[in-house]
Amino acid sequence: MHTASWHSVGMTLDECIKCNVCTTYCPVAAVTDKFPGPKYVGPQAQRFRECGQIKSPDISVDYCSACRVCNEVCPSGVKIAEINARAKAQIVADRGIPIRNWFFGRNEQLGRIGSIAPQIANLGFHNPFSRLMAEKIMGVARHAPIPHWSTEGSFRKWFFRTPRLKSDKKVVYFHGCSTNYYEPQVGKAAVAVLEHLGYEVIVPPQNCCGLPMLNNGEFRAGEKLYRDNLAKLLPYADKGLPIVGTSVSCVLVLREEASEMLDIENDQTRRFRSALWDMSEWLRDLLDQGKLDTNFRELKMIVPYHVSCQARAHRMGRPSLDVMTLIPGLDVREGNAKCCGLAGTYGYKAEKYDIAMEIGEEAFRFIRAQGDDVKFTTSDSEICRWQLEHGTHKDCRAPIEIFAAAYGLYDLDRRRLLVER
Amino acid sequence: MKRIETEILVIGGGATGTGIAWDAALRGFRVLLVEKRDLTHGTTGRYHGLLHSGGRYVVKDPHSAAECIAENRILRKTHMHCIEDTGGFFVVTPEDDNEYPDQFYAACARLEIPCEEISVAAALKREPLMNPEARRVFVVPDGAADSFQATHSTAQAARQAGAQILNYHEVVQLLVEGGEGDRRVVGARVRDVARGEDVEIRARMTINAAGAWSGVVAKTAGVRVDVIPGKGTMLAVNHRIINTVLNRCKMPDDGDIIVPIHTVSVLGTTDERVEDPEHLTIEPWEVELLLREGEKLIPGVSRTRFVRAWAGVRPLYQEHYNGASRDATRDLTLLDHKTRDGVAGFLTILGGKWTTFRLMAQVTMDKACEYLGTCKSCVTAQTVVPGVEQGHYWLGHRLREVEEHHLQSELVCECELVTRAMLENAARNNPTLTLDDLRRDVRLGMGPCQGGFCTYRAAGILHQVKSQNEKGKSEEPARWEVAYMQSPAHNQRSAISDQPSAVGGQPSAVSGQQSQFANPNLLLRDFLQERWKGLLPILWGRQLKQERLDELIYLALMNADHLPDENATSPMSEFYARIAFSGQLSANSDQHSAFSEEPISRER
Ligand SMILES: Cc1cc2nc3c(=O)[nH]c(=O)nc-3n(C[C@H](O)[C@H](O)[C@H](O)COP(=O)(O)OP(=O)(O)OC[C@H]3O[C@@H](n4cnc5c(N)ncnc54)[C@H](O)[C@@H]3O)c2cc1C
Ligand code: SF4
Ligand code: SF4
Ligand code: SF4
Repeated sequence: MHTASWHSVGMTLDECIKCNVCTTYCPVAAVTDKFPGPKYVGPQAQRFRECGQIKSPDISVDYCSACRVCNEVCPSGVKIAEINARAKAQIVADRGIPIRNWFFGRNEQLGRIGSIAPQIANLGFHNPFSRLMAEKIMGVARHAPIPHWSTEGSFRKWFFRTPRLKSDKKVVYFHGCSTNYYEPQVGKAAVAVLEHLGYEVIVPPQNCCGLPMLNNGEFRAGEKLYRDNLAKLLPYADKGLPIVGTSVSCVLVLREEASEMLDIENDQTRRFRSALWDMSEWLRDLLDQGKLDTNFRELKMIVPYHVSCQARAHRMGRPSLDVMTLIPGLDVREGNAKCCGLAGTYGYKAEKYDIAMEIGEEAFRFIRAQGDDVKFTTSDSEICRWQLEHGTHKDCRAPIEIFAAAYGLYDLDRRRLLVER
Repeated sequence: MKRIETEILVIGGGATGTGIAWDAALRGFRVLLVEKRDLTHGTTGRYHGLLHSGGRYVVKDPHSAAECIAENRILRKTHMHCIEDTGGFFVVTPEDDNEYPDQFYAACARLEIPCEEISVAAALKREPLMNPEARRVFVVPDGAADSFQATHSTAQAARQAGAQILNYHEVVQLLVEGGEGDRRVVGARVRDVARGEDVEIRARMTINAAGAWSGVVAKTAGVRVDVIPGKGTMLAVNHRIINTVLNRCKMPDDGDIIVPIHTVSVLGTTDERVEDPEHLTIEPWEVELLLREGEKLIPGVSRTRFVRAWAGVRPLYQEHYNGASRDATRDLTLLDHKTRDGVAGFLTILGGKWTTFRLMAQVTMDKACEYLGTCKSCVTAQTVVPGVEQGHYWLGHRLREVEEHHLQSELVCECELVTRAMLENAARNNPTLTLDDLRRDVRLGMGPCQGGFCTYRAAGILHQVKSQNEKGKSEEPARWEVAYMQSPAHNQRSAISDQPSAVGGQPSAVSGQQSQFANPNLLLRDFLQERWKGLLPILWGRQLKQERLDELIYLALMNADHLPDENATSPMSEFYARIAFSGQLSANSDQHSAFSEEPISRER
């Protein structure tokens, strides 16, 4: 899992000037002594790693949550989080993967199986006894906000069941696993907004972006998923169509994380990358071109906005915020919390749950400070939304749901489209 | 004047001298070794780090090559923990001669140097940054060897066998008795540079292992030894971009080897005949040459981050030789001054390599035995030094130990993973005067920040340890327990070592001659100066950025150039302050492309 080319993320260790800025900002290092911080596990430890060592020298890097706050603050451009991901993968290659993390990596399969009979699956898994057993046997944190399977059917089922708008203007939609199985409402809102803007939405065959596997060190399996998506979606990119996603983390993985972590850099990955957009980023681009319908309805409410670390990692500014501020009456308040703590599957792990909640406290505190009449919060990442709901007991919506509501297409309370085509 | 009697006096605490002390002690002699600075301060501590398989000399100097492979096999056992089993490649690059590889292969077979040709694809799989245009690749049992650790462990073995070792003791005059035709060396007058006192050492046999300085030492007995001092410069890449030694498969020449050792990859070397081994100046052309030649083995290497440059000087010797130092033989030479110069009781050992130090010691002691009338045979080849239980060195060991024992908060030098206890124990367990001595012991300050974040911490720690020593048992000789010096796990802090320093206020309140060297301002200044020396020749790009931060820490934040005690000096201060780089650091110097952000454009 180490230096294979000059493009390897490991090479960026040479940029490190040891300044410790990353250590000061790392949300995990701030709350636990189990994690010595980004400088130590990243560029510093990397000098002691090589291929084919008798064993992986690492232990503590496992506590990195992969939030990428360190990358963002590093004044030198060290790809710390990716270096850490590769070190974790080496641990997995050496010592095998815990069965729990194996399951976490298979989010897509779990989603598919559960959605066959979602009520039964929810009942079977989301009862106190099962959760207790899952913690005792597998180390899945008992109280962590693991999502419920959607009882209204998967997003794809809905999409192909209903008649869709045909148009010359086309856009490809990447929904990701969680929209498909857990929050189909987000996908419906996205399709409604896109069609409202006059676009024909194409939902090609696609699979899990691979993030859960990459984060749990299963690089080989993660690489297969990445390459499968590449094969399925590149033809659309090559036709010049934008590929837009509502899950910031999936888009980030497809755009750059996977190819960086896996050390795959070629013409295909570059072409793929340039076709990918975060949904809000794409809408903001329409806005910049003067093509966005800004005829929003008034939404009179205060909405605290948690900038998920995955959104920051895109280095695209705050597109959701840019668009939300155009909605009359909407008082959006941006928080500065570095991370919600859940970070992919991190906070689901029993030994990390408390750390995750302590990290999240900064975000929870911000939301509480916005007053009791706050009804909804918002965040670009589904993971963040689940964690924020868990930590604040307030409903959290995706920005695209808010946009859909502002176009009069969506009921934020009941999470459903107002007009089905 | 203090007087010491011994049977054998060894001059020079490099690999060779220390090996001789070990060998002599194991043969039952009373032996005393004197070194003018710290052990390995000479060439041994400034070498390339290669445990030769013999491959390098197999065509040009088969005799040397045969010695190398034999010693390679022995040292892998006797000094196992000092050696990393990297293996080595001999790479035929597009510009190398086509005949040489076959000669090379045949010569290896003749000398039984294990050598296997592998496909370029297989080599690239193992070393992905190697030149993909390479035409052929041979694998040999080269290794990487830590000469600091090896010499220290040998010293400990020698001590355990009864040898006495005095560092910071410089021979100023050999003692010669007898008249014309019957002269003999009977010992030496030695200056204890830390205490500023002279000591007279009387010995039945005096062995000159002062390496490149041997001529200077011999001269004090009126004996002429013309060492051919061949200076070589090396550059260290910030991290391990390779894990196998890469050699060009051609006649040995400048800049044709890259050695992965500890956390760095070292490009080397040049070979220039110089006048004075004390004044080694790195020239800009050397830096450029190493970058240019390095590109042929690893395209792109010249644009990586370099952390340091240094030079060492080969103690080569060839009677009546006048040519270039590159072509002088690498053979070891034992000069018996009785037969050569009519001066008895005096031997000089020269030439060779680090790889052959044990053999050099053996040859020397065999000769000494003849004169001393004993015939105990050499056992060093069958005797392991302390520390081998640790097994071969592997890159991850420090990280692994820090991780397993949760020593993260104990780190003083973060880059090289040196804990506080490692420093304290190193300072207590072997004679230590400066922070640079601790660097050789545990690699303090050798990482990317080159002392930026550890110098101020370590200065305080060494000050504290030395002050404690001073108070209590200042005369008790150091224990020389150094075999586990580099292991974080073996140096964990016990509760007792946690006592706060008893010294408050002025360091001068501490009595004794040596106490002045415990002055933390002096310790700090000396080490910053010492680190700076090796940075000047590579001060561009990313390391320049690092040095700017270090400058802000020491000059802007700590005001290190206006510290008190500005007149305090250590025996090393003058040496550290000597500028050892002939280039000019002017931004528009177009002669020295080495100073631009991209020193050498990539070969196309
Ligand atoms: C650039 C370079 C690269 C090399 N690379 C390799 C390599 O990769 N592999 C390899 O096997 N070999 C290598 N060598 C060769 C090897 O380093 C030397 O042969 C070996 O280190 C010599 O050891 P030594 O003990 O004889 O000399 P030194 O290590 O020089 O020891 C002599 C000691 O004598 C001390 N001294 C001097 N004068 C006095 C005095 N008056 N009183 C007391 N002490 C005194 C000095 O301070 C010094 O410490 C390299 C050499 C050079 C120059
Ligand atoms: S990715 Fe996040 S948790 Fe990991 S080191 Fe960086 S800041 Fe810390
Ligand atoms: S912020 Fe960047 S440069 Fe500073 S210590 Fe961390 S990785 Fe190194
Ligand atoms: S859950 Fe949200 S804030 Fe937390 S790591 Fe993920 S994206 Fe970042």
